[in-house]
Amino acid sequence: MAEEMRILMRNYGKIDPLNIDDYLNAGGYKSLEKARSMSQKDLIEEVRKSGLRGRGGAGFNTGMKWNFSYSAVADQKYVICNADEGEPGTYKDRLIMENDPQSVLEGMAICGYAIGSNQGYIYCRGEYPYVVEILNTAIQQAKEKGVLGDFNIEVRMGAGAYVCGEESALIESIEGHRGEPRFKPPFPPVIGLWGKPTIVNNVETFANIPVILEKGADWYAGIGSKSYPGTKLMTLTGDIVKRTFIEVPTDITIRQLIYDFGGGIPEGKKFKAVQIGGTSGGFIPETLLDTLIDFDSMAAIGATLGSGAVFVMDETRDIVDVTNRITKFFEHESCGKCSPCREGTKRMHEIVDKINNGLGSATDLDLLGRLGTVMSKACLCGLGQAAPSPVLTTLQHFRSEYSNKL
Amino acid sequence: MEMVNLYINGKEVAAPTGSTIMQAADLAGIEIPRLCYDPDLSALGACRLCVVEVKGNRLLPASCVTPVMSGMEVFTESPAVIEARRTILELLVANHPLDCMTCDKLGACKLADYCYHYGVKESPFAGGEKHQYKCDDSNPFIIRDLNKCILCGACVRACEEMTGQDNLSYLYRGFHRKATTAGDVDYAQSDCVFCGQCVALCPTGALTEKTMAGQGRRWEIERVRTTCPFCGTGCNFDLAVKDGKVIGVLSNPDSPVNGRSLCVKGRFGWDFIYNEKRLTTPLIKKNGQFEAASWDEAFDLIAQKFNAIKDEYGPDSFAALSSARCTNEENYLVQKFTRAYMGTNNVDHCART
Ligand SMILES: Cc1cc2nc3c(=O)[nH]c(=O)nc-3n(C[C@H](O)[C@H](O)[C@H](O)COP(=O)(O)O)c2cc1C
Ligand code: SF4
Ligand code: SF4
Ligand code: SF4
Ligand code: SF4
Ligand code: FES
Repeated sequence: MAEEMRILMRNYGKIDPLNIDDYLNAGGYKSLEKARSMSQKDLIEEVRKSGLRGRGGAGFNTGMKWNFSYSAVADQKYVICNADEGEPGTYKDRLIMENDPQSVLEGMAICGYAIGSNQGYIYCRGEYPYVVEILNTAIQQAKEKGVLGDFNIEVRMGAGAYVCGEESALIESIEGHRGEPRFKPPFPPVIGLWGKPTIVNNVETFANIPVILEKGADWYAGIGSKSYPGTKLMTLTGDIVKRTFIEVPTDITIRQLIYDFGGGIPEGKKFKAVQIGGTSGGFIPETLLDTLIDFDSMAAIGATLGSGAVFVMDETRDIVDVTNRITKFFEHESCGKCSPCREGTKRMHEIVDKINNGLGSATDLDLLGRLGTVMSKACLCGLGQAAPSPVLTTLQHFRSEYSNKL
Repeated sequence: MEMVNLYINGKEVAAPTGSTIMQAADLAGIEIPRLCYDPDLSALGACRLCVVEVKGNRLLPASCVTPVMSGMEVFTESPAVIEARRTILELLVANHPLDCMTCDKLGACKLADYCYHYGVKESPFAGGEKHQYKCDDSNPFIIRDLNKCILCGACVRACEEMTGQDNLSYLYRGFHRKATTAGDVDYAQSDCVFCGQCVALCPTGALTEKTMAGQGRRWEIERVRTTCPFCGTGCNFDLAVKDGKVIGVLSNPDSPVNGRSLCVKGRFGWDFIYNEKRLTTPLIKKNGQFEAASWDEAFDLIAQKFNAIKDEYGPDSFAALSSARCTNEENYLVQKFTRAYMGTNNVDHCART
């Protein structure tokens, strides 16, 4: 049986998160020291070589991203930690921040040194006020100890909009504007916060950095899947025996995730579907459970690893009804800036709702397919592009559930 | 200028480095539809009607905000592109009154034009919720029917970037997003200065000139280029003329001084043309009564009186105050006349006093 591997969570339960001395005694901030003894170029190369890819959903190579900001010439650069964690069923960033906040600060400071930035922001989900307190305490302690050097970190709070987790909307929000995505390019590493080169990385991404420097890129690259190395923090929800979090290497299968780690489906019921990566993740049927959870394997089956949320549905669940709730979520969370998403999420919900109420027809299924395809390609940001994926994948794998309601 | 070569619909074209795909296509004479793009405004990339297919890109990028790259292969009318554009138009139309039959904008409405082009007659998405906004005609100049708004954001950007008034922004999110004033009040209650830039740039019938309502279809309107008589700036615009009668003012993008910007007087203050009280000849007071006179008579009288004043009381008994409604040239002449002929430096301008 596959085993959990605690790299990110190595200090979980072992240190007092509100006492920086515990972190220091566990070897904390040695990596930052080491980073600062390296050239910026070598440091970025080390991160790139580790193969670490962003844990916020898009899976971009972190070292390569840092290199864009490093290479950009500017009088000011910024480091932003994306702690918006708005994805339903996801709480892995909260776990990291609650249990080992210094590891995130250290990761940010290393990034700051790498790209030449002295200012960091943590954009924390509005529903996590207690986490903001922990972060502020951690920052205060780090400042008092002087471990951050000239790198300054401030916490900013979101106000509940899911789209503000999207990096450019997040930047707009920090700037004090409506939280709406910008078109790209330019990408934030080149033109970001207040027009300056800005690295936006996820909490989990930053938390990986100190340990990569401590143990080396090669060590990290050897863990889990080759194309998406390391471990991934997953949160198990829905119809699963162990509704908990786990940290696993990325070369395990979805089946192992659900049955070995999650203990399978409760009450002896049968598995029906699993949605991974959050609300915009594709639905995965039984036949695809032997897929590896790494980014590329998931993408190949039209699913995502995303935030690492695992939402399991047993045989009693009504797929169309669940999908209907999801379309309602996206209708609600669309910022409305671009027309295919603003109008599309609305109509998508109306049509699925109609089908769910037994009022749909076969042409509605085709229309959903067309609308979903167009949205996935033509929307301005990832929200609208990913919003149709639950509809498209359920139409693909669970079409009979729709047909039965027509 | 550094150029890059790319392929659009299989044809090799060159465009300056840093151009967008749309600019490259424009240069090559290849048409790409657009609703939110406007050359006078910052880019928004929001309507997504201008999407194109780019080889190697899984998405359909918006051509108005996507820079060209060397060797890029772009397809502006591929099946996926057409499907996306049709679907977007159908989505917009599903939430639109579609009263083109009586809409004052038809003929100059981009939404109607593109629906015509792509054969979008009815929407499969129709039948659901539609906006039911109250029409704002609280002011004498602008009719604002946001039921016809496609949220291209041109009005918001025009107000901020052209006028600097920043009277408009977006309210609410998603389907309920609204391009409107602070607090969603009517224009009359807002900080609007009624410059009408938002009207000039609105691609649909959401913002229209009140004076033109019901006065004629756009294609019946003759445009007569003229210079604004209100001040010395010399803004140009087109008078909208129907059956020999002025019914409104329309911006002319080719105006060298002002582009499409105007102020409330120039755009909406032209109704004096047909005012019955308007003076049409010089008037000379005779026996306590104003009587119509010719220009020759009037000028003779002015010359005679000015000379008499100068002779009797000296040059400094005279002062000239010129008007901001005069052009630069006219102001120059006023001071020249005052100094060189009347012989005094008593000359000033209302904008300085
Ligand atoms: C609608 C939407 C919501 C997002 N929410 C989050 C979020 O809550 N947290 C996060 O880290 N990334 C989120 N992202 C991804 C970010 O845009 C960005 O890719 C990420 O923060 C980059 O960090 P990484 O490279 O470390 O993954 C979201 C993206 C979209 C389109
Ligand atoms: S895709 Fe949706 S959330 Fe993203 S910019 Fe467009 S309307 Fe806003
Ligand atoms: S705004 Fe355009 S599409 Fe709408 S009713 Fe008027 S002419 Fe027709
Ligand atoms: S009329 Fe001028 S000031 Fe008023 S909203 Fe339009 S652009 Fe702004
Ligand atoms: S009112 Fe006109 S210009 Fe303003 S957003 Fe709507 S359609 Fe665009
Ligand atoms: S014209 Fe390009 S997105 Fe609107």
